[in-house]
Amino acid sequence: MRNSSISTARKLCIRLMKALCLLSTAVTCGVALFLIGYVLVKGVPNVTWELLSTKPSYLEGAIGILPDILNTVYIIVATLLIVLPLGVGAAIYLTEYARNKRLAAVIEYAAETLSGIPSIIFGLVGMLLFANTFGSCLLAGALTLVIMNLPTVMRTAQESLKTVPVSLREGAFGLGAGKWRVVRTVVLPGCVDGVVTGCILSAGRILGESAALLFTAGFAHTLNGFFTGLGSPGATLTVALYLYAKEPGPGGAEASFAIAAILMALTLCINFAAALVGRYFKKRSAL
Amino acid sequence: MKKIQKWMGVALAAALSVTALTGCSQQAKTSGTVAADGSTSMEKVIGALGEAFQNENSGVTFTYNPTGSGSGIQAVQEGRCDIGLSSRDLKDEEKASGLTATVLALDGIAVIVHPDNPVSDLDVDAIARLYTGEITNWKDVGGNDASVVLIGREAGSGTRDGFESITGTAEQCQYRQELTSAGDVVTAVSQNPDAIGYASLSNLSDSVKALSVEGAAPSEETVKDGSYPIQRPFVLVTKTDAPLSGAAQAFFDFATSADAAPLIAKAGAVAVH
Amino acid sequence: MRKRQQLGETVIHGIFLLLGLITVGCVLLITVYLVLSGIPAIRRIGLFDFLLGDTWASTAASPSFGILPFILTSVYGTAGAILFGVPVGFLTAVYLAKLAPPRVKAVAEGAVSLLAGVPSVVYGLVGMLVLAPGVRKLFHVPDGSSLLSAIVVLAVMILPSIIKVSVTALEAVPPEYEDASLALGAAPVETYFRVSVPAARSGIAAAVVLGVGRAIGEAMAVMMVSGNVPNMPSLFQSVRFLTTAVASEMAYSSGLQRQALFSIALVLYLFVLLINAALNFFLKRDKEG
Repeated sequence: MRNSSISTARKLCIRLMKALCLLSTAVTCGVALFLIGYVLVKGVPNVTWELLSTKPSYLEGAIGILPDILNTVYIIVATLLIVLPLGVGAAIYLTEYARNKRLAAVIEYAAETLSGIPSIIFGLVGMLLFANTFGSCLLAGALTLVIMNLPTVMRTAQESLKTVPVSLREGAFGLGAGKWRVVRTVVLPGCVDGVVTGCILSAGRILGESAALLFTAGFAHTLNGFFTGLGSPGATLTVALYLYAKEPGPGGAEASFAIAAILMALTLCINFAAALVGRYFKKRSAL
Repeated sequence: MKKIQKWMGVALAAALSVTALTGCSQQAKTSGTVAADGSTSMEKVIGALGEAFQNENSGVTFTYNPTGSGSGIQAVQEGRCDIGLSSRDLKDEEKASGLTATVLALDGIAVIVHPDNPVSDLDVDAIARLYTGEITNWKDVGGNDASVVLIGREAGSGTRDGFESITGTAEQCQYRQELTSAGDVVTAVSQNPDAIGYASLSNLSDSVKALSVEGAAPSEETVKDGSYPIQRPFVLVTKTDAPLSGAAQAFFDFATSADAAPLIAKAGAVAVH
Repeated sequence: MRKRQQLGETVIHGIFLLLGLITVGCVLLITVYLVLSGIPAIRRIGLFDFLLGDTWASTAASPSFGILPFILTSVYGTAGAILFGVPVGFLTAVYLAKLAPPRVKAVAEGAVSLLAGVPSVVYGLVGMLVLAPGVRKLFHVPDGSSLLSAIVVLAVMILPSIIKVSVTALEAVPPEYEDASLALGAAPVETYFRVSVPAARSGIAAAVVLGVGRAIGEAMAVMMVSGNVPNMPSLFQSVRFLTTAVASEMAYSSGLQRQALFSIALVLYLFVLLINAALNFFLKRDKEG
């Protein structure tokens, strides 16, 4: 009925808009699929157990990325250990304690600004602040990443704190609990989902980061334990990809595509994990 | 319980930063470690030497941070590493500031083109005229009728410094692309049939063709006997008045000994000792 | 007892206040460090010569430090990326938020978030191997590494942020608006473009500004496809951005050159602050409207 009242010009216009939308989506997905396909086709054949489980040897001209994998794990763990208390604490202050609206606005604005700063600037400041004072090492990289990921963790923790019902807090206050006790027993447990999501998002960002680490964490491919690792320079997977693409020797180009494929797979896992966690907590909070 | 967990987390993070901080500051001084920092072009040579040295002296930790010649020289000056690595000779002002250069090896800088390019030999003068923009078409040097695409390295690179000073083209090169690594130069040249670029011998791959210069193809022999003209030194930089730590001195002696020569050769450079 | 508890509460309040102020501290720290390390070179070169000089020859015997080519390249590059990226991203967002069947939407959103997670070095690598040779052949220019290649790479890189923020904004439009329009006889597509989009315009504007921020700050990918020569910008010329100027010379720099690189970082930072202020403005208006 309604369709018959639409003029041909309008119909055409509608068709056109619909087609444009479809086309744009096709372009976006096409580019994404091409990128993924290209990297996987060039990279996956080069992912071997040997590559994953050895360290590089100049004498044998072999490339192994085990040290880079470990460095990536170390730097993610160290960053999260430091950024979690800071970010969650800031979120708690904003949602539970801040009475001064203007101060809260300033903090929010600072977080907003921090999340908009390009990673190359973090790299430079990290170099001035950390790498120049105690040398390029994973810890210097991790501290730089802490500043970078602070807004993400703060934001996700804040979002989940907001979902803790006010009635719960009021109930606890009504029972005579002090503020800190309420925060500890009622509010903190409520933001677990935000913390988990924040961790996953931060890990994803750290995984793909190169510019901020190049000037701060160094490039060595040495195999280290956690604590010595933090104190010595080391390349993460993405930095190693950058290095192998930049200074190729025998097998360098293959190795860089192999790392790219691995990173792509890890990104996929992280996206999946984030979606899964989101769904799990939604379900739980609905119960 | 939750509280304890949280505070443990905080305490752990604090403890961790403290230990790691001390770890960081010690790395350059403790005996038993050798820290080298500098030229990216020397990565393979130094990597091979370091690995062999560690295999022989199990108690020694060798770290190498490929940051670039300039950074390496600076790191020695500031005492952040034991040995700096430079792929150019030290400038006079750097020598005057209390640094000593020891030539470790020689490296040939290969002039590379796309494998489909019919040109296979140029003399230094022709290369200089190509790079200064005096010759802009490949047909003037015996190639196809196509304009030349000049690809080089970024300002400050040791490779660029070496190439420009030997060809006498400093500050006159009309680059189409200034790339930040040998790998990028090789990739860019391999993707463009009209491109010409330069890169260290050890960075070459099958995707590009290295030109011979004045009849000499770049190789270990031609670099060593000097018939291949475009070459530069790989230099170990140390402080003139401060002695090296025991481990660092041992590494220095090893690197400049005759035992190291085959390793250096295998890494694509030419040992001088 | 009561007093002690109160004291404890005050201390804890103080600790949280400190944690809350850390973000502010970080921003101040970054600002102070960049200003302190960026000012000396500007003072030596002269603000006018630095910002408006058109030659950059940092290692020449008589060096000149003019960053106008970098500023213009960054501005043109970002504008170009917006020109390509925003229409595609916006239309994709409308499709995903309103038109797409749930399964298509799930797959497409997966693809988009994967696009967001690709490390920028990979963009650069693929750009070098596929895009630059493609541009060379398509436009019959001697070399494909150019402003155009950089624009294409940037346009793709900002797509995910534009799409995500726009979809969120479009989905937040109250269904009553759309129902009213549909009831008045407008077709669904007309409703989405005439009612939903205007209602979500602040969010979409924020998405565009976010894209601008991403594009102007990207370094690693454009460094590999833009040729990296400090020319005045032109579509098929080799160009250098503010970010790549810093990234490409930092490792080898010394003296005044190094200080000048920090000054470039300071200029870039000011651009970013400006963009953030714009972003904040749109987001705030969104909340109030």
